[in-house]
Amino acid sequence: MIIYGVALLSACLVVGLYLGELLGTILNVDANVGGVGIAMLLLVVISSKKSFAGFVRGESGAGIKFWSAMYIPIVVAMAARQNVAAAIDGGAMAILAGTLAVVVSFALVPLISKIGRGDPVPAAGETD
Amino acid sequence: MDALVTVLTRNYLLVAFAVVGITVWASYFISRKFTAGRIHGSAIAITLGLVAAYFGGRATGGSAGVADIPVLAGIGLMGGGMMRDFAIVATAFGVHLDELKKAGIAGVISILAGVVVSFLVGAIVAFAFGYTDPVSVTTIAAGAVTYIVGPVTGAAIGASSEVVAMSVAAGLVKSILVMIGTPLVARFIGLNNPQSAMVYGGLMGTTSGVAAGLAATDPKLVPYGAMTATFYTGVGCLLGPSILFFIVRAVI
Repeated sequence: MIIYGVALLSACLVVGLYLGELLGTILNVDANVGGVGIAMLLLVVISSKKSFAGFVRGESGAGIKFWSAMYIPIVVAMAARQNVAAAIDGGAMAILAGTLAVVVSFALVPLISKIGRGDPVPAAGETD
Repeated sequence: MDALVTVLTRNYLLVAFAVVGITVWASYFISRKFTAGRIHGSAIAITLGLVAAYFGGRATGGSAGVADIPVLAGIGLMGGGMMRDFAIVATAFGVHLDELKKAGIAGVISILAGVVVSFLVGAIVAFAFGYTDPVSVTTIAAGAVTYIVGPVTGAAIGASSEVVAMSVAAGLVKSILVMIGTPLVARFIGLNNPQSAMVYGGLMGTTSGVAAGLAATDPKLVPYGAMTATFYTGVGCLLGPSILFFIVRAVI
């Protein structure tokens, strides 16, 4: 049944978000700490367990795959409801601060990716 | 005409599905016909969404892009946090735990480095623009972390509403730029495997930016980037009003 997969997915997210809230409370932070990440881990672990096979095999799995496939359309809707006008109205300082933060962070991706693995990351500009 | 508007506003979620569907179709058409597939269809769709959001925001004066137009209110639900998180978690279906473990340490380092580096850049820019009091510098710097960390930090240390608005704007610029920029720089920063996607998610941190950026680059990488990104805002809210604020106060 498709609803089994959808139900499992929903349950994972709700439990994950709850644990994220609790983690935020423990750390005394006004934010959900990793709730979605915890939910993803839950889904990965549960869907690999034999006893939960009925929730993820066949038709039930289709209930999860459907929402996975809806990901890009949902992201497009998300883009369409961003406060783009406010971002541009923020003026030169806001634009510069946001832009430089992104540029520097992009530059760090290959450097930190090297940590914890033996093979080197392809150098910048290297063709594949 | 009135009857049409009534039907559309009453069935707002269905309108959203149809409008987004048409947008995605048109974007993939443009991608194929005019760029020979070089620019990913989803990258075009996301950019169209952002452009529409700009005009929607200008027309209505609201903060939710096109979703403030009554007929398109469903976009607000479809693209809101609940559905976004739901779809992100669904992408984790089929991910192998081993892949996540491989990037474990690099992922954790990337979150800390991402928060600190964005904060540092934001602080330098704020200082360069003439802000010299530690509260304002910290709040604007926290905005460069994400648009949630900015106001949370500002509220905690008592920043003025003008400075908080500025920090939100900085965070929005970051988020939008990550959406548009990721597919463009992906090949130059080695963003083509689960490990670098986790590092990327941890460094960028903005969940919306990472979600859209990876969607436009390679949807298979989404769960890995999203996994680390969702911890970033929490870490930012933890460090912003505390250690990072103390450091700024000590330096200035």
